[in-house]
Amino acid sequence: MPCAQSARMSGWKGDKMTTSPITIYIPRDAAALSVGAERVVKAMQDEAKKRGVDLKIIRNGSRGMLWLEPLVEVVTAKGRVAYGPVTQKDVVSLFDEKFFNGGAHALGHGLTEEIPFFKNQERLTFQRVGMIDPLSLDDYIAHGGFVGLKKALAMTGADIVQTVTDSGLRGRGGAGFPTGIKWKTVLNTHDEQKYIVCNADEGDSGTFADRMLMEGDPFTLIEGMIIAGVAVGATKGYVYLRSEYPNAHKIFGEAIQIAKKAGWLGKSVNGSGKAFDLEVRLGAGAYICGEETSLLESLEGKRAIVRAKPPLPAIKGLFGKPTIINNVMSLATVPWIMANGAKAYADYGMGRSRGTLPIQLAGNIKRGGLIEKAFGVTLKDVIETYGGGTASGRPFRAVQVGGPLGAYFPASLLDTPLDYEAFAAKKGMLGHGGIVVFDDRIDLARQARFAFEFCAKESCGKCTPCRIGAVRGQETMDQVIAGETAKLGLVKELCTLMTDASLCAMGGLTPIPVISALEHFPEDFKPAHKLAAE
Amino acid sequence: MASQIVNELKYLEGATLPILHALQENFGYVDRRAVPMIADALNMSKAEIYGAITFYHDFREAPAGKRVVKLCRAEACQSMGCEDLVHYLETKQGIKIDSTSPSGHLTVETVYCLGNCALGPAALIDGALVGRVDKELLDAVCAERPHERMEG
Repeated sequence: MPCAQSARMSGWKGDKMTTSPITIYIPRDAAALSVGAERVVKAMQDEAKKRGVDLKIIRNGSRGMLWLEPLVEVVTAKGRVAYGPVTQKDVVSLFDEKFFNGGAHALGHGLTEEIPFFKNQERLTFQRVGMIDPLSLDDYIAHGGFVGLKKALAMTGADIVQTVTDSGLRGRGGAGFPTGIKWKTVLNTHDEQKYIVCNADEGDSGTFADRMLMEGDPFTLIEGMIIAGVAVGATKGYVYLRSEYPNAHKIFGEAIQIAKKAGWLGKSVNGSGKAFDLEVRLGAGAYICGEETSLLESLEGKRAIVRAKPPLPAIKGLFGKPTIINNVMSLATVPWIMANGAKAYADYGMGRSRGTLPIQLAGNIKRGGLIEKAFGVTLKDVIETYGGGTASGRPFRAVQVGGPLGAYFPASLLDTPLDYEAFAAKKGMLGHGGIVVFDDRIDLARQARFAFEFCAKESCGKCTPCRIGAVRGQETMDQVIAGETAKLGLVKELCTLMTDASLCAMGGLTPIPVISALEHFPEDFKPAHKLAAE
Repeated sequence: MASQIVNELKYLEGATLPILHALQENFGYVDRRAVPMIADALNMSKAEIYGAITFYHDFREAPAGKRVVKLCRAEACQSMGCEDLVHYLETKQGIKIDSTSPSGHLTVETVYCLGNCALGPAALIDGALVGRVDKELLDAVCAERPHERMEG
């Protein structure tokens, strides 16, 4: 961002502003809006007018410290100073204490980037989120935007694909499949039309990284998709965005129009002679659309019924054409990799999980938000050091990692590092990096029942193990909860069948939360527990 | 009006969902009478169009209440007590979840995840995301009272 700091410091004289404006940041991120950011903006504008203070408000993305939202940041000579959570009622006192000069206030946290939660991260994918004005191309470029694309435009497709492969980047959507391998298949499949599809159907509970990125730094995703298109010779991209994200839809739509106008999208990307165009399509409230083949069916305008594989989408994808389908996080990480090199990215991480993971800390947690860290940080560290324990103040009891199809872990497994293989070894799943914390009021038998209920509601219905299995599982868990614990054998059998015989991850992974609940929290499945609870 | 929407969007690749969204946005629901119109425009069968409408949770076949609350009931919001809110609505306010109140004032629906999982329980109230939803806020919505947390 351009250096407004020094100007503002000198501009303040007594009670009247003279020359240059004070720059403050208030997020336009949906989470910030959900707790009143818009009302704070209005109150700030009114108060500034009343006091004759020349205030410039930039609507940024969120810094990811969601318990501090709405977080107001003031640009000072030392850096950006944070105040939060700010409500409209705090605005008068903030002005009284001259917050616009970085003045002390009960809601003050000092320099934003020195707050331990934020400071102790490795922000690569999220390097600009919360920093910049999401809809300013100048700001984007001033902070390293399009460096990766410019490099890519000077490379062969094969070299771009090799760079992505060498970085070790794996799909951040859940399965952890190497991104470079997908790209290579599309590169080597010849067709006059290929597609880049971005899976922004972020349906897992406890996840919001895609949303935050699309609202806070949309040009990064656009750049990543252009690079993918340039790499494999695809000229058209679609972002399939869930309808539950109206704010992201609005901001990302605006970003596409800005990028088009400036020539970054269209018939000749930045004058390179290479075409790439982009469109957003809204989902319609179906969790299954996060599964890539059902997403493609949906984009084609049909019921989102899962396709059998093969053929892989890389060979026969959207409208039967070779298609790269990647998660928002995967595509949005590509510009950093292209700009900084494959090795720089691969230097982060552990084992076969290279680079960083945007962790989303959620649920019953004191300090929830977005933490981008190299793979390898432990669950305990995330929940205790970053999160500060439960929001309710009650004892921690369980954590579900990886969305509704992820395992419930007890306290004894909190030393598990966030790494695809380490989680698999404990019969869990890292998925999209969502961590949902529960206090001691959680009833794991009910959670197991819910896993089946969710699957029954969201199954596409194509394969019997998922369509029927989920319904039977829900019914049987009802019987277990009513005291027929002998039925647990049936539940386990059903889980084995769903795992082995389902067509996709929906039915195939629904048993993970069920079995983990049974294995780690057997006491919740005993009739005595039910009686005690009532 | 409906035919105008269909005709404007029918040239898109995979136009079904954009058309259904546009119809619902304009009319509040997707009327059964639009099905043959869309099928004809997209050269698809009526069964395929009707199948799409019924597959996706978003599309309504009848108008919703004047106000619509989409309450998140996924795990992160469960951990913050969203099921207590459901229970409260059903027992204290007499509002059944996933239905419209008899007066036609309020529709309350289940959604799974609004991406506001660190500030739960979350809800979309008339399209606006609200975090840390509590009983007091729901009381205001039910009573058609304004509430400071729903402005702006």
